[in-house]
Order: sequence, then C-alpha cells, then structure tokens
Amino acid sequence: MSLDLLVAILMTVAGAATPLLIAGLGELVVEKSGVLNLGVEGMMLIGAVTGFAVATSTGVPVLGALAAMAAAAAASLIFAVLVLTLMANQVATGLALTIFGTGVSALIGAPFVGITTPTLGPVFPDFLTSSPLLRLVFGHSPLVYVGLILTVAVAFFLNRSRSGLILRAVGESDAAAHAIGYPVLKIRYLAVLFGGAMAGLAGSYYSLVLTPMWAERLTAGRGWIAIALVVFASWKPGRMLAGAYLFGLVMTMELQAKAAGFNVFAPELLAALPYVATIAVLAIISAARRTGTAAPACLGKPFRAAA
Amino acid sequence: MAGAAAAPRLELREISKRFPGVVANDAVSFQVPAGAIHALLGENGAGKSTLVKIIYGVQQADEGEIAFDGRPVHIGSPREARALGIGMVFQHFSLFEAMTVLENIALGMDEPPPRGELETRVRELLDSYGLALDPHRRVHTLSVGERQRIEIVRALLQNPKLLIMDEPTSVLTPQEVEQLFGTLRRLAAEGCSILYISHKLHEIKALCESATILRGGKVVASCDPREESARSMAELMIGGSLKDLSQKSTGAAGKERFVVSALSAPGEPPFGTSLKDVSFMVRAGEIFGIAGVAGNGQNELLAVLSGEERAGVTGSIRLDGRELAALSVGARRRAGLATSPEERNGHAAVPGMSLSENALLSARSRMGLASAGVVRAGATKAFAAKVIEAFSVKATGPGAAAGSLSGGNLQKFVMGREIMENPAVLVVSQPTWGVDAGAASFIRQAMIDLAAGGAAVVVVSQDLDELLELCDRLAVINEGRLSETMDVTGISIERVGLLMGGIHGGAHAAGQAGAAAGHDGRSPAPRQPEPAL
Repeated sequence: MSLDLLVAILMTVAGAATPLLIAGLGELVVEKSGVLNLGVEGMMLIGAVTGFAVATSTGVPVLGALAAMAAAAAASLIFAVLVLTLMANQVATGLALTIFGTGVSALIGAPFVGITTPTLGPVFPDFLTSSPLLRLVFGHSPLVYVGLILTVAVAFFLNRSRSGLILRAVGESDAAAHAIGYPVLKIRYLAVLFGGAMAGLAGSYYSLVLTPMWAERLTAGRGWIAIALVVFASWKPGRMLAGAYLFGLVMTMELQAKAAGFNVFAPELLAALPYVATIAVLAIISAARRTGTAAPACLGKPFRAAA
Repeated sequence: MAGAAAAPRLELREISKRFPGVVANDAVSFQVPAGAIHALLGENGAGKSTLVKIIYGVQQADEGEIAFDGRPVHIGSPREARALGIGMVFQHFSLFEAMTVLENIALGMDEPPPRGELETRVRELLDSYGLALDPHRRVHTLSVGERQRIEIVRALLQNPKLLIMDEPTSVLTPQEVEQLFGTLRRLAAEGCSILYISHKLHEIKALCESATILRGGKVVASCDPREESARSMAELMIGGSLKDLSQKSTGAAGKERFVVSALSAPGEPPFGTSLKDVSFMVRAGEIFGIAGVAGNGQNELLAVLSGEERAGVTGSIRLDGRELAALSVGARRRAGLATSPEERNGHAAVPGMSLSENALLSARSRMGLASAGVVRAGATKAFAAKVIEAFSVKATGPGAAAGSLSGGNLQKFVMGREIMENPAVLVVSQPTWGVDAGAASFIRQAMIDLAAGGAAVVVVSQDLDELLELCDRLAVINEGRLSETMDVTGISIERVGLLMGGIHGGAHAAGQAGAAAGHDGRSPAPRQPEPAL
C-alpha cells in the first residue's frame, strides 16, 4: 500500500470520526449532568441543514457552522424545557426530538437539494500540506482539530474544574446537590444546551465538510452511534476519542472494501458494519462490566425539588 | 447559660409555614444561646424538618422572623445560611457515592481552596477532633459513621456558629454515637451552638441542656431534658400517655421452627453487600432480632429469605424441617413464610394500587383470594377491611390507594396483612422505621402477640432499643456476616455495639470501646479503627 493511499485512508478515518467525537462529547457532558438526550440525531440534522443554508446564503462556511450550533442548541432547549421544567419522560422526548429534527430538516432543506456549498476545508497554507505526512497533520478541516481540542477541554472541565465537579455531582445525586444548594436544573439546562450545540456542530460537518451538499437524512443515523459511544467510552472523554476513531476506522474500512471490489458479502451487509459493531461493542461492554456501570447514578431520572 | 448582655445565637419569632392542606409550622418561637446544645423534639410530621429547612434556607417561612446573633436576617438559600455561619448535617446524607471524600467536601463548600490546601486543612481538622477518615477513599466504600464524619468535616471547615444535626444517630453504633457526642460537646465548649434534632430521648437527656418540643407544628413545651424522664418527654411529644407493651413470652419453650444455615449470596453490583455464611435458628413462640447498621446486608438477607433473590444463593432455609431454599416467593408464602421488606412504599406495597389489591398481592394463596386465576373481589375486599379494622389503619377504606396512607398507617397495613395470614414464620425489616410512637408500639405489640401464638418472628432493625425491648435473642449483622446469637437478658450493649461496628470475636470485647481494636481484615473495605474518647 502506498504512503499516499495510507494517508488518504487515515484522513478519511479522521473525517468519519470527527462528527461522532464532537456529538459524543456533547452527549457525554449532558449525561454526566444526569440527563439522557436521545435526540442527538435530530439535533445533528437540524445543525446540518442550518449550517448548509447559512453557508450557501452568506458564502461563509464558518457562519454556517456557528448557525448550526445555535439552531441545534435551540432545538435542545425545547427538549430541556420539556424534560427539566415539565418533567416529561426523557427517553420519549428524546425520540420525539429526533423525529422532529428529521422532519424539520427535510422541510428547511427542500429548497437546497442539489445545490453545493462552500466548504469548511483545510485552513493551513499550502506549503504545510505538500507532503503526505504533513498533510496528515495539517490537511484536515478545522473541525477535526476542534474535535481533538474539545476532547482535552471536556476532560479538563470534568475532572479538574470546579464547575465540572459540580456538574458530575448533579448527575451523581441530584437530591444531594440540591440539598447543598446547587441549582440542579440550571446546571442541567446548560449541559443540555452544550450538548445541543455540539450535536449541531457535528451535524454541520456532514453538510459543510464531508459532502458539501444537502440531502434528507444526511447524517444517516450517526447520532445514534454517538450516543452509543458515550456508553462505550464509560463516560470518559479520552475513551470517547478512542471510540470515535475506532468507529471512524470501521466506517472507512467499509468504503475501502467497496472501492477495492471486495464483495464477498452483499454491500448492504458491509454498510451495516458500523451499526453491527455498535451493538456488538455495547453487548460486550455490558457483559464484561458485571460490577455495575460507570453511568451517572441519576441518568435519565427527572428531578423535582423537594417541597 | 445565655449571658445577660449576649443576644441568643439563633432566635425564631413566630415562624409559620403552610403547605396546601397542612400547617407545617404554626407560630414557632424559641432561642438557642451561644455555645448551647438545644434539642428539637417531636414525632414524625411534627414540623421539625420544615423548621430546620427554613433555618438552613432550603425553604422560606410564610411569616415570622429569624434573628442571628441578635440581628434579624433573611436566609434565602443554603449558601446564605452558610455565609451566616450555619452548618448542617443532614439526616439522609447529601453525599455523592461515586466521588472521593475530598471531592464531597469540596462540593459542600462555597469557595473551596485548591486541592492540596483543602486536603491539608481537612487532615488538620480530622486530627484535631480525633476523627478517622481517609480523604481519598470513595464514599461508597465507607461505613455510615465515616460518611457522617464527612458531613461534619464539611460543616466544620466553614467555622460554623450554629450546627444543625438532623437525626444524626439513627444509623450509628453506640460507640459511634459516643464519639459523635464527644465532638459535639467540644464544639459547644468552643462556642458553637448546636441544634440537635432527634426522637431518641435518652440521647437528648445525655447531650442537651434545653429542648423545644413540637407537636402538630406548634411548640407545646420547653424543658430541660436533664431534669425530665424519657417517658415524660415522650408523653409531651405525643400529647398523651404511653402504653406499656404486654409482657413478652419467656421464650425458652417451643421447638425449632425456622432454621437458616450457611446461607451465602452475592451482593447486587455495584454497591451491594454479599451474605457470608449466615446461620441462625428461631424457635416457635420466639422473637429473634438482627441488629446492625444499615447497608450491612440486611436488605440482601430479606431478599434471600423471601425468595426474591435466588441466583447464586447457597445454604439452607428450613421451616419446620422443610427445605425452602429452592422454592419461589409464592411457594414460600404458601409454606407459611411471610416477609415484609424495609421499603414499604414500592416494595412491600404498590403505592398506586388500592389496599385491597395490595392485600391480594401477598395473601392470595394463603387466604384463598383467587381461585382458578380469577380474583375473588368480595373476599379480597373483606380481607383488606378486616386488616384495616384489626390494625386500626387510618384509611378511607379498602379502596384507598396505598400511596395515600401515611408511613405509619401503611406500615400497620402491611404488617397486618402479613400477620392476618397467620404465618408460621414472619420476617420483617425495620418494622417501625419512620413510624410515629403510637403506631410503633401497636406494631410491636402485634409481633409479640403473633409470637405468643406460636409463630417464629425475625425482626431486622437498626433500632437497638427496639430489639432489646422485643426480642428474646438477637445477633448482629456486619458486612454480610451474622454474629453468634446472644440472649437479650443480661446482654452487653457495648458488645453489641462493637459487633455492629465490625469487630468480631471475643478478644476485643467489653471495656475497650474499640480503642485498640483494629479492623478484622476480612472486609473488602477495611474500616478505620475507632479512636477512644
């Protein structure tokens, strides 16, 4: 295998992994605060279509990415009001958010089908990407670097900062955090909004970087993989990075296998590989972890301040 | 105690708080001088908790004034309370199981110093008060006494002027209680006022110099506990006279009815306790007590005895010689083994279902409430009505939802449901936990009567006084192991306390108060030795 091809494959891996990483880190923070938002896929689609629309209208892809974050955060705010203030069931509301996001994105995106957009491509000057190895370091979309920086930032926030400690405390025991005097709901609102913004950013990666055009259901279920990755990662940002890149690799293998004319299996079976891998990994993890999960103790439970 | 010039540390004036349908506090006034240990006494529902929440800023009073060191203050949040110098140790600890001691302490502070400095300060404080605690341990590996120390350290780091202790001893061993009292007395001597909430009257007599007694949200009396008897204070609390329990059986007679031998079971992950080689025997007509601090395998033991948990269980459970270990919950019930778990709402009873339906759930086979899979609605209702009447349960009738009953009434119903089945063996956990004094004495009497009728009764309780009053013999459970059985007559409380604290074997017994006793080395989470007072 030539160096060029190897670099190309690795670049694809990073490309496939980045949106999973960004959306996954967002969901990880949300879950650490004790909220389960299953609407990641929907928020990603809202982000993808908003990013595309703003980038094509303004011609500035960065604005698209920012708008994607804002739009998905707005969608997550609906979720937050429903599950935090109105104490709706988190699972059902999250599923509804995904359905809502799918529909809304198709509606908004209808006029944009078939158009291409300016992309959020490599940012470093050309001389830095002249050789394959340099390209591997400097040749990515800025969002790839954002994903890596975000991993470090989230890890630092959760494990080293006081705000992160409080956020974990809220996810661990909302009643105790309330008794000490922390604003449980406010912290959860902020976490959900952050998760929404990250899902939006991840969604915009699909419409602004990977395929600079809009199609319905563009994110193709990757939001679900991001959610699964949170469990895979045992709620640890470092493992989330590893997991996202591992899944990126699996997805890339599928493409490469197809390109190489490797057709022992039906192509549909290959396309299903990442999803099968998700299920397999989750099953193995939960079977191996007999001594309980690392899940925040209050995950998914509504919080009502004691009267 | 209060100097003529000094304003009281805390003064409540006419504090009232209403909830829809209830007046929780009705014009409550009292004072706590600086450096005093003041007791707040009352039954469940007397308004103690609400009052404390108002003082700590968790809730706001509808009317009335709070003055702190003579100045009227508004306490809008726990943060504001802490800023004034009010610390609180919660009844149900506000701790985070998966985090370390140090993280928990940092979470309880408004402006914690950096980690290193905080750790130094925590260690200094622990040394100065002679408290044993490792700042880097995760909370779920700690004993209840150690957990409480976290809360106390958390409060003390803020140099409080007033420390509120809400039912602090309900889960401690007698030795841990003594140590806690030592700490509190020293704090008071240093000028910190302590507001001590409890319904354990002999403790209040031992610790407090003044007391305010609440009933139905109102102050009904103030007294000096040192000059009152426990009985006189109890009567002030309930507003009536206490009934004595009828003499319990002599206990010697009776054949071996319920024999448990070499029972072992794995604990539920992540924080469950596994049972290790538990053996005991109860005779007909006898009440057998299992003492111990919460979380030492009591719930696991109940689940294994009832048959809820059968996976991985080894050992034998015999009722009148018949082996039950392989049987299901229903089959055990039919064989005459009735059980009532600790959690009444959601475990012993389904809150959303009516009392009739709840009666049906456990009594259907023994009382013939269903035939050929069809519920006999009339018989069920009649049975529930009979329980309600016989156990004077305050409810609107058999159709009332279990969840609508107060804790004490639901417990009376659950106990009644089991006892009216006329079981050969009754196993109950925490029969009077959170139940008011009147209902508690009713329930205890019912168990005595059941045993007098020839049944074997097993009572699992954290309340040692209750066990001493009820039981013929008792054993102590600690980290899933059951101690040897002791006769209650002439029992050494000190010995029981040491066993509750995890000190096995006779060598360390009486007189040492755990001073020299190390942990036994068998536990997965070794306990720190308790320093002497």
